[in-house]
Amino acid sequence: MSLFVSIKKKLGSFHLDVSFEADGGILGILGSSGCGKSMTLKCIAGIETPDEGVIRLDGRVLFDSKQRINLPPQKRKVGYLFQNYALFPNMTVRQNIAAGVSKDKKDRDSFLEGKIRSLYLEGMENKYPHQLSGGQQQRVALARILASEPELILLDEPFSALDSYLRWQLEQELVNTLEGFSGGALFVSHSRDEVYRICQKVCVINEGRSEAVLPVRTLFEDPSTLSAALLSGCKNYTRIHPLSENAVFAEDWGVPLTVARNADPSFVYAGVRAHFIRLVPEPGPDTFPCVVTRVVQDVFSTIVMLRPCSAPEEGPTSSYSAIRAELSKEAWAELCPSGKEPAVLSVQIAPRDILLLKA
Amino acid sequence: MDLSPLLISLKVSVFATVFTFFFGILAAYWVVRMRRFQGVADGIFTLPMVLPPTVVGFFLLLLFGKNGLLGQFLAGLNLSVVFTWQGAVIAATVVSFPLMYRTARGAFEQMDQNLIYAARTLGMSEWKIFWRVTVPCCWPGIASGTVLSFARALGEFGATTMLAGNIPGKTQTMSLAIYSAVQGNNRERAYAWVAVILCISFATLLLMNHWTGRPVRSRRKGR
Repeated sequence: MSLFVSIKKKLGSFHLDVSFEADGGILGILGSSGCGKSMTLKCIAGIETPDEGVIRLDGRVLFDSKQRINLPPQKRKVGYLFQNYALFPNMTVRQNIAAGVSKDKKDRDSFLEGKIRSLYLEGMENKYPHQLSGGQQQRVALARILASEPELILLDEPFSALDSYLRWQLEQELVNTLEGFSGGALFVSHSRDEVYRICQKVCVINEGRSEAVLPVRTLFEDPSTLSAALLSGCKNYTRIHPLSENAVFAEDWGVPLTVARNADPSFVYAGVRAHFIRLVPEPGPDTFPCVVTRVVQDVFSTIVMLRPCSAPEEGPTSSYSAIRAELSKEAWAELCPSGKEPAVLSVQIAPRDILLLKA
Repeated sequence: MDLSPLLISLKVSVFATVFTFFFGILAAYWVVRMRRFQGVADGIFTLPMVLPPTVVGFFLLLLFGKNGLLGQFLAGLNLSVVFTWQGAVIAATVVSFPLMYRTARGAFEQMDQNLIYAARTLGMSEWKIFWRVTVPCCWPGIASGTVLSFARALGEFGATTMLAGNIPGKTQTMSLAIYSAVQGNNRERAYAWVAVILCISFATLLLMNHWTGRPVRSRRKGR
């Protein structure tokens, strides 16, 4: 499977401008709500029409504004798993699955039986969608897509409507099903965890613009832009300017930082993940003093909000100045001798844990 | 008692409802998918509901009369609808059409669009999507539109008199029979037809509530 997408679409003041290539496996499309993820999928499926651009799937042109090609969704061989599954409420499970199968297909019945069996839907053939649980509905929707024999499957936040217990179970089922599927898949999500677990590669979409396709590991271990770092779950940011070859000045924290790599001037932000921030009672190397502003007890950890003593005055951008540290409950207890929470602590950040980010 | 008004009324409203059913659904489907001039089309299709029926009848007379556009065309085929029961069907169709159109349109607009998108990506033809997905999913709205149209066609008076006249045994429907009975000071005959109309109309509405109040799964066509 190879998919090439390069499209632009204007929707009021929103500009969608995405381009990426996918080759087999599951490509994650990660972006915050309203960034244009779903619109991108709809354009690929032919439900929406881009203003300009090209969409190619396995050498077939699905859309090309210059050649005036715009295949209808019926001819694209692209399956779409909707958030609400979009099962036909007036049809039984079996009729739903058969909806996309041609009447003239030979061995139609045994083909349908095979799809029903492969998604563990035996015994439910004659039930209606409203009689099924959320998980069963999703299996029917997947069986229906697979029965239409697409070359590409688009998954539009398939777990967003489910509670967390069911979500995990369905995720496993979905991955199992897709492993047996010969075509490719795009998985749209705003959840970095899902993308990390399910996908091999990922493309970040930020305010309608796509960034480079990366292996998932790279995005989480070494994000290159601020938006990618934000989506990968990095919590602490500061604007920076270089001081020397391996030192930068953290403008929002008011302190110099030693970094492990070359501090190129193209890096304008630095990020540190919350669990890489160490809190120590006394100043030492690579530390700076901070005021403890708030302590939040989470289920398995303690989150400490801090403000560097040298941070610039509060202003509209002072949210950058807040530092969020996440540590185990035991580690926090050690920092509170005789049970009293300290008012000032030193923050220690190892140079290798500082992510240097482009705009 | 001469039962011809009942038979004529039923004949006229059944035919009118069949026409209204298809035209109303198609018009609603078309308007929902229009990109421009939606308001104009909607206004034209709804106009017969707000115009006085006599005005509708007057327009129909202009259209289907001897010098009218359609009247001349039909005359070429040796046909005429003025003062015939077919004319009454046309009048009832036009007057009941907006009820079907508006309820069907509301149902189409409220339908989950993802169902149509999903059907398209599965490769179903637009025709199949319309009859196998859209119409069944909008069935409660379409059914109530059909019943309302039937009730409206059954009670039609103004446009019918203008186009089909009030010819006993030929174009005299129940509502026209009541009018004639009151004019002719035949109170008993008027009471009788009023009772019949009341019963049929009320039964129709009960049927509609019964029909549209049931869940989707039991509303399939015989399978």
